[in-house]
Amino acid sequence: MNPVNYLFLAALLFTIGASGVLLRRNAIVVFMSIELMLNAANLALVTFSRMHGNLDGQIIAFFTMVVAAAEVVVGLAIIVTIFRSRHSASVDDAGLMKL
Amino acid sequence: MSTTTEIVLRAQETIPAPDIEYGQLAPVLIVIGAAVVGILFEAFLPRRARYVAQTLLSGLALASAFAAVVGLAVAGNASTEAGLVAMGALAVDGPTLFLQGVILLVSLVSLFTFAERRLDPRAHGRHVDSFAAEGAAVPGGESEKAAVKAGFTTTEVYPLLLFAVGGMLVFPAANDLLTLFVALEVFSLPLYVLCALARRKRLLSQEAALKYFLLGAFSSAFLLFGIALLYGYAGTVKYAGIAEVVADTNSGVTEALAATTGNDALLLTGGALLLAGLLFKVGAVPFHMWTPDVYQGAPTPVTGFMAAATKVAAFGALLRLLYVVLPGLTWDWRPVMWGVAIASMAAGAVIAVTQTDVKRLLAYSSIAHAGFILAGVIAATPAGISSVLFYLGAYSFVTVGAFAVVTLVRDAGGEATHLSKWAGLGRRSPLVAAVFAVFLLAFAGIPLTSGFTGKFAVFKAAAEGGAGALVVVGVVASAVAAFFYIRVIVLMFFSDPRPGGPSVAVPSPLTSTAIAIGVLVTLVLGVAPQYFLDLASQAGVFVR
Repeated sequence: MNPVNYLFLAALLFTIGASGVLLRRNAIVVFMSIELMLNAANLALVTFSRMHGNLDGQIIAFFTMVVAAAEVVVGLAIIVTIFRSRHSASVDDAGLMKL
Repeated sequence: MSTTTEIVLRAQETIPAPDIEYGQLAPVLIVIGAAVVGILFEAFLPRRARYVAQTLLSGLALASAFAAVVGLAVAGNASTEAGLVAMGALAVDGPTLFLQGVILLVSLVSLFTFAERRLDPRAHGRHVDSFAAEGAAVPGGESEKAAVKAGFTTTEVYPLLLFAVGGMLVFPAANDLLTLFVALEVFSLPLYVLCALARRKRLLSQEAALKYFLLGAFSSAFLLFGIALLYGYAGTVKYAGIAEVVADTNSGVTEALAATTGNDALLLTGGALLLAGLLFKVGAVPFHMWTPDVYQGAPTPVTGFMAAATKVAAFGALLRLLYVVLPGLTWDWRPVMWGVAIASMAAGAVIAVTQTDVKRLLAYSSIAHAGFILAGVIAATPAGISSVLFYLGAYSFVTVGAFAVVTLVRDAGGEATHLSKWAGLGRRSPLVAAVFAVFLLAFAGIPLTSGFTGKFAVFKAAAEGGAGALVVVGVVASAVAAFFYIRVIVLMFFSDPRPGGPSVAVPSPLTSTAIAIGVLVTLVLGVAPQYFLDLASQAGVFVR
């Protein structure tokens, strides 16, 4: 199978993730959409790695996974504190600082 | 069969250990090492001993890392001995050392404001700082009251600060895209947490952290996809390798590489996504939406640190990317950066006029300043690099000093950041108001302050680099910006103080030192800038 198809899939996943960030209201779902974007980037990296026949892309994919895990730790901590103080994880409710 | 034997034989060979230049990496290693030790302090020291131990450790680490940077610069690593270290992952050269020095000094000054414990009235007989007693406790809840009563303080902020500084030291030095991404996350993640830890107005602070985190993670996803596309284009993530492929001077073209280099869409999209990620960190329009909210909500010492040091680190990385990786694309990125610079200068200056909160005002002013610095970046000449370096050094000290002054003006609810409360401050506390006026004049770029020298250098470089129209826009935006800086000065000195207005807290020597250093650097760089301009111009050469 032509590896370029995986690039199209990666671009599609990235777009779905980006639209999820922009359209969804729940902070957790927004965050999941961001993770989808990171994984789309991983898929693109691994595909390019296969096409070029070197390992750089696969190594970066591992680093991305570690970074994504660290991001989950920090992100969920922040979202959970917000949820506990406001009983809502909606990003629309976080509007104390409008102009 | 033969391949199996080959694999077995290979497995028995010793793995060659990579060469690590510990000397050149010393500033980063000291800071990260101290951060790890700080975490051990949190785990093993009793609560009472932590504050003193953590502040001493952080101060020592930042000071000795700065000494290491100076040592490297004296040993010629900024000029003749400049080179790539850690298997080509980091570049230690003039811009790297200059920016690392600035970041370390600014962080040291910020550390003083972090450690300040005399501004708030004592809680249950104990000194408290700007950070929440217990970050995880619900604001106003029972557990928070218990934590305050027990005298808890969040001393975790010091290791978090050091980790952020460690990432910022690597960011402008990163010489491949993977290091760039990892460094970006290493300094962003601690900042997200720091933003959520204010002692007063905790809901605002948590909201700021949520916004910063979601938008920051969104932008780093763009950056990562850009990295993937550039890797796909060039088949390598090393800056020099990509630059060669872009300029078409690389050797050893494989079949796959020939296929991808023919596809300019990969290069242009990848470069654009990468730039979007970096411009977000810089806070340039149209990626500036997070700046006012995060600056307003975060604890003020954190805002000062973040506003100064993040900008330095991100502009360092942006410079290296544009001058080392994409010089072959100058004709493509220049129009885009023109647009971003003009939009940042105009939007920052105009929207700031309507602001009524000091911290938001400074946030929009930082957006305008991002535009001014971009004008120097666009010059695409050696003078452009050195003018940007100088501007970053000057601007960061003014910013830290200005936010340190904001922490002093307080009323019963904590910091009084609404501008109406600042009316008549100059009559009640002439010294504090005068110091703040110096910082505002430096932001506005009035002669005899560092702001003027920096702006002059940047605009001169931009004009010589063929961006004359940009300079005109910049000067007009500066004039608009001067209006609202002067308006605050007029408000402080020429209106009557309100009854029941805020009082100015008497700080400990820590904040006083931070503000004094800010004023000193602002005036010295304004009155006698030549030595530092020379330093910046000597430092303005990237190693490849």
